Amino acid sequence: MAKPHASRADRIGLRAAMADRLLPFMVAAMSFLAALALAGSIAAGALASHWLSGAQGLMTVEVPTPSQPVTANGPLRQDAVLTLLQATKGLSDAHLLSGAELATLLKPWLGAAAADGTLPIALPAVIVVKADARAPDAAVLGPKLASVAPGTIVDSGARWADRLAALTTSLRASAAAVLVIVALVAASVVAVAVRAGLSQRREAIEIIHGLGALDSDIANQFALRAMRLAATGGLLGGVVALPVLAWLALLSSSFVASAPAERLDLVTALPPLLWGAPVMFTLATALIGWLAAQITVRGWLKRLA
Amino acid sequence: MIRFTHVGLTYHRAGAAGGDAVALDDIDFDIPDGGFRWLTGPSGAGKTSLLKLMYLAARPSSGRIDLLDTDTLRLDRRGTALLRRRIGVVYQDFRLLRHLSAYDNVALPLRLARRKEVQVRADVTELLRWVGLAGRLDHRPEELSGGEQQRVAIARAVIARPSLLLADEPTGNLDDDQAERLMHLIRSLNRMGTTIIVATHNMGLVARHPAPVLELVDGRLVRHG
Repeated sequence: MAKPHASRADRIGLRAAMADRLLPFMVAAMSFLAALALAGSIAAGALASHWLSGAQGLMTVEVPTPSQPVTANGPLRQDAVLTLLQATKGLSDAHLLSGAELATLLKPWLGAAAADGTLPIALPAVIVVKADARAPDAAVLGPKLASVAPGTIVDSGARWADRLAALTTSLRASAAAVLVIVALVAASVVAVAVRAGLSQRREAIEIIHGLGALDSDIANQFALRAMRLAATGGLLGGVVALPVLAWLALLSSSFVASAPAERLDLVTALPPLLWGAPVMFTLATALIGWLAAQITVRGWLKRLA
Repeated sequence: MIRFTHVGLTYHRAGAAGGDAVALDDIDFDIPDGGFRWLTGPSGAGKTSLLKLMYLAARPSSGRIDLLDTDTLRLDRRGTALLRRRIGVVYQDFRLLRHLSAYDNVALPLRLARRKEVQVRADVTELLRWVGLAGRLDHRPEELSGGEQQRVAIARAVIARPSLLLADEPTGNLDDDQAERLMHLIRSLNRMGTTIIVATHNMGLVARHPAPVLELVDGRLVRHG
């Protein structure tokens, strides 16, 4: 007797009915796009977090006419502001920029005149101070400092932080939208393949239905097949995406690393979450394949008596 | 018990010049459990439509049908599927799955009922041997003659020992000897309690195996008994 059980797992001939070449490649392409979107989201988050930590942690204080005394026999304005900053809760490491440091900062805009002290205007003193969560808001600190050194300006970087946070949120929302769209397209691709299979095997399905097959018997056969094909595509797309993602991560590492020693190689540049992309996409596409096939088949079966 | 109560069946033909087609009109009869009935009538009289209602491939346009003590109009999809498993059907056109072997075609009802494969193997092999297809287990329908296909269809219909067996011209492709063997099998099932309805044009067969007759003419039941 020749293999009487051979067709048990493929009772209604789905292996022949459902396109098993095209579907995995279509799903693989979707997975690849999803990986790029996910990587973009993660990169945007990391970059923003890095920049935000810098922007949020520093305050810049400009003191005009810094060499004038506060009162006739009092300290210089810049010293009075420095003392006040050192005494303020939440502020630390107040640093008065030297003439050379100021010149280096201004050189791109004012040229050599900034360095040789021949500028026709008096430069303000610039103090950089680290701020933590307990630090007062710039709007509160500014008037307090201006009371000892009129015209003093405090820039906390909060404005930049807010803009960066908004940018990050919109980038992540875009990536999430792309992921949803890609998932819907993948589900549609599976549904089209399942519908083609249903059309090809209509007669067989009607016969099995007439023999007393439950909707779940038939839907599970299609769903198992669709799940395997979609998971194969997901794995393929995830594996192909890995080297591309690693390369992109390496390119962007220079924006994140604060010192040359922190520069990464092709392996260490990729965030740990993305190393799991092949597994993650295999599971996600398997689930999409299963659900899309179940919904499609059960909807189609309702047309039978 | 099978009970048809004022059953009608109308096929709606959208856009057809003649309008709706009445296939069955006011059908009313009872068949007790374990009964045997011939279903006769000229072509187009409604025999196949009546069988379709019995194997739940169509719903009546009017009236009520009780099959195996179940009101079929109250069944949900799952209940309908489970009731179908208690009904064996031999179709006029066999309706075998072309991509499956004779063995796998006959095994289908047992596998749908989640029977153990050991039991499936024993029952299917024995029944196919009994219908003379012991050497054809792994042949696909296209590799079998019309008569052999019909025997596979019959084996599939009876393998799960149904409570109700419906057969539409089951001897149409069989020679006299095979037809008598089939009637012997059907009578054996009937003696074991299976209710049986056989639609046929073969009045010689009816004469050789006397039993009450349901006769249809133009969709109406003109004789029962």
